[in-house]
Amino acid sequence: MAAEAVVTLEGVQALLDGLRRNGYRTLGPTLRDQAIVYDDIATIDDLPRGWTDEQDGGRYRLLRRMDDALFGYAVGPHSWKKYLHPPLLRLWRAEHDDGGVRVVAEPDPTDKLAFIGVRSCEIHALAIQDRVFLEGAYVDPHYRARREGNFIVAVNCGQAGGTCFCVSMGTGPKAQSGFDLALTEIVDTSRHAFVVEVGSEAGRRMLGEIPHRSPTPDELDAADAVVTRTEGAMGRKMQADDVHELLLRNLEHGRWDDVAQRCLTCGNCTMVCPTCFCTTVEDSSDLAGRETSRTRRWDSCFTMDFSYIHGGSVRASTSSRYRQWMTHKLSTWFDQFGTSGCVGCGRCITWCPVGIDITEEVTAIRDSEPR
Amino acid sequence: MEGLERILREHPFFAGLGDASADLVCGCAKNVRFEAGQYLFREGEPADQFYLVRHGRVALELSAPGRGAITIQTLGEGDVVGLSWLIPPYRWTNDARAIDLVRAIAIDGACLRQKCEDDHDLGYEMMKRVVPILVERLQATRLQLLDVYGVRA
Amino acid sequence: MVPRIARLRRKRRDGPQVWTLDLELEDRHASEAPRFAPGQFNMLTVFGVGEVPISVSGDPAAPDRLVHTIRSVGAVSSALTRLAPGAAIGFRGPFGTGWPMEETVARDVVIVAGGLGLAPLRPALYRLLADRLRYGRIVLLYGARSPEDILFRSELESWRRRLDIAIEVTVDHATSAWRGRVGVVPALVARADFDPLHAIALVCGPEVMMRFAVAALRDAGVADESIYLSMERNMKCAIAFCGHCQLGTVFVCREGPVFRHDRIRGLLALKEI
Repeated sequence: MAAEAVVTLEGVQALLDGLRRNGYRTLGPTLRDQAIVYDDIATIDDLPRGWTDEQDGGRYRLLRRMDDALFGYAVGPHSWKKYLHPPLLRLWRAEHDDGGVRVVAEPDPTDKLAFIGVRSCEIHALAIQDRVFLEGAYVDPHYRARREGNFIVAVNCGQAGGTCFCVSMGTGPKAQSGFDLALTEIVDTSRHAFVVEVGSEAGRRMLGEIPHRSPTPDELDAADAVVTRTEGAMGRKMQADDVHELLLRNLEHGRWDDVAQRCLTCGNCTMVCPTCFCTTVEDSSDLAGRETSRTRRWDSCFTMDFSYIHGGSVRASTSSRYRQWMTHKLSTWFDQFGTSGCVGCGRCITWCPVGIDITEEVTAIRDSEPR
Repeated sequence: MEGLERILREHPFFAGLGDASADLVCGCAKNVRFEAGQYLFREGEPADQFYLVRHGRVALELSAPGRGAITIQTLGEGDVVGLSWLIPPYRWTNDARAIDLVRAIAIDGACLRQKCEDDHDLGYEMMKRVVPILVERLQATRLQLLDVYGVRA
Repeated sequence: MVPRIARLRRKRRDGPQVWTLDLELEDRHASEAPRFAPGQFNMLTVFGVGEVPISVSGDPAAPDRLVHTIRSVGAVSSALTRLAPGAAIGFRGPFGTGWPMEETVARDVVIVAGGLGLAPLRPALYRLLADRLRYGRIVLLYGARSPEDILFRSELESWRRRLDIAIEVTVDHATSAWRGRVGVVPALVARADFDPLHAIALVCGPEVMMRFAVAALRDAGVADESIYLSMERNMKCAIAFCGHCQLGTVFVCREGPVFRHDRIRGLLALKEI
């Protein structure tokens, strides 16, 4: 879909206002705890204006930008999955009395969610989780309730993060679909504007509610240049075309033991990953035993408990747990859901406390594959 | 004698045995029967006679103080009871007890051993028949050791 | 994801730490009795304690009675076996693929069970015996830890009196008081009477025992495509959302628990997969 409009900073504010007027809860990047995280936002001043980040294996730092860009950074430790697939979610409560037991499903929130500043890799991550929770034999009603009616304001990345490799995974940096509106931020000495693409009817209606004008050829060129520059500046790359088969035929490669020497099995990679979906459940009861409930929480394949079957864990060693995570992400996900489970966002590299790099692990296996 | 040779050659242990070898083995063989509860042999005795079971079942047992007799394995029709006759020091390492009426061919192990020494073709033939059974029993023992049905604490 | 309420109607002991529980759904209407296929499992909740997957061990022709055979090993399974008749149990199910019952028609059926693995095979046996003429020879080879651990003992004895099913039971450990077989169950395969070229094998038990049983079946001439196994992994949700039961490329709850051997052959040999 072609670029259709240009909006100013005020236009972005008008977009937030318009979404809120239409009943959306507006969520977007903000500064907190020395990181860029997703939270409720009401004005463009809530955005990390003029900030950027520096990312590398096991490293994340915020820095001031030389300009006032609203979206001049890569992705932080959060992803949108925390809103759609909450880290902690009560599934049901059961009331117990002499007459019996009554199980009540937990009601889901009814507010419509608008995500502001969604990167192309994250749009792909949403689509991947949609396949898991909405497109199989069973539908997760809690995910569906949160996902339906989302308004997605994408942002085409103006800067590649140090651990980004979306170009390798074919997931960015330009958002191609799956959004309502997509912004490309143009910021230089003479201007600060946003080229807008419309991706849906809802997006077109919303654009109609905010001040905008037609783009000039120069602005379109500048928007293309932003994406091209980002494409050329990826912090990482991974040869992904054959990784499905590569890993499956190297399940007993010595590299798994090598990475296990470094891996702390902390599970950070699974928590920050925008596609990791594994959960466990915990049942609890009040002291009187009159009310019990079940809570679902994010789980990680790096825990011993994850693969527990009466008396022991199937995957007791670190190497087997790292192998499970990486082969699932890059390989068996195809068999299970028809796509890769990796979008190249680089979070698992940045937030690994010891800087284990999934792209480096793939390369190491490829380069030392026993023939 | 011809009846015994036919029975011998029909037993799975000697399946496909050549005429010359069958003749040699037959010279060391005889028909026997054991009543239920009778022992075919006892732990520690010289392994000078082994059995090809034709009918009935035999328990291989080990006794332990306080635990009584523990059955390690049961054998039946088509099985061989006793392999130690071929392997030094030619001594039984467990008891073999008839669970019910057992009909078998008893083979004089010392006699056959001597014939194996004299005729290595026959010796090799016996080894080829005994070793797979040993391996099968070793593997079964390993599986039993794993106690796969047990509850791990 | 929300359980229905079932009531514990009856419980009987089926071995040390093993109980068979009959449940009945509280909200049951004649039209919606949860029909199940042999080999499927349900998720049972003890309120306030947790939820566990349990294979159905009852007769598929009597789906109103939800029969489960449980060994008390973990917190939830122990709590289940401690419940008194009348107690409320959360119920979700049935889930998973069952045994390939249509594939068994007109063939010899060899069932190899180890330990508690007989429980998910019992519904298949009920089905086979209920319509006995549709099948060739039926052989049940069952291995247990000790004579005391043999499941469904009286039922096995009554089946044994039938002439149309061959049943061999063996135990790993016994004293001389036990008059039956001692030895491992895979060793029974070689002597069993069936036509390997036209037989179908259903195998369930601890994974190691299944590996040896499959090897024995293949040695006997049964094709990989005719061997089915019921696999076990940690199942938390039963609907492929929680990720726990992954076995390489598959979710055991979704593609399994019953798998054709050729489809998981490569995974069985891998450690910690």
